[in-house]
Amino acid sequence: MAYNLIQTQTVSTAVPSITFSSIPQGYTDLYLVISARSSFATGSVSDLYVYFNGTTTGYTSRWLQGNGASASSSTSTAPADPLVTMANVAANTFNSVSVYIPNYAGSANKSYTLDDVTEDNSTTAYQRIVASLWSNTAAITSLTVSEANGANLVTGSTASLYGIN
Amino acid sequence: MTDILQKLIIDCSTGEATYVPLTADEIAEREAQAAAWAEQQAADATAAQAAADKRTAVLSALAKAAGLTVQEVTDALA
Repeated sequence: MAYNLIQTQTVSTAVPSITFSSIPQGYTDLYLVISARSSFATGSVSDLYVYFNGTTTGYTSRWLQGNGASASSSTSTAPADPLVTMANVAANTFNSVSVYIPNYAGSANKSYTLDDVTEDNSTTAYQRIVASLWSNTAAITSLTVSEANGANLVTGSTASLYGIN
Repeated sequence: MTDILQKLIIDCSTGEATYVPLTADEIAEREAQAAAWAEQQAADATAAQAAADKRTAVLSALAKAAGLTVQEVTDALA
């Protein structure tokens, strides 16, 4: 198994989303790595959405989450939603997310997994794992990471896409 | 002056990264997405509180029936 870097990009100005388009179809799986921080500063958590081909419907997921004090679990129909480090926690900290998408170019529905930690060296930090299904048979040709609640991904947020063969 | 919202698009076939202003439709979709997110957060919080309340009630009932404290029951089930 070899991980081949397709593209990596660090945002130089705050953006609501990052999209990888024209994804090559010659690999077996995709692996996405995200290091991001949100401009959102209200409450304790914010989410990212990860969705395919510009489509935000057809997703179902189950996530497990813990923060060191409590654990929880829930289902969601939002595009797989990792938590993101927020603007109201320690400066210069970012979350760390990895998404594994097998058989992305195939004609079956797309099941994939995601794990995530918010990084914060002074207060509560969260960890989340997500099992997701995108009920769509189209090959994945684009992939978007967006801030879920209308805020931005701040400067320095990075996304890297790997092809696996 | 209002900041122009831009999205970042990376074309994997060329390696070119481009910042593109959001269209009016994309801004509207983003606002709808944010509203849905807030609604989901509120629903999750309500469900979590209901689960916590139910757990507390069950632990209290068990403790009372067994002649133990809630903490003793909690520790035994941990």
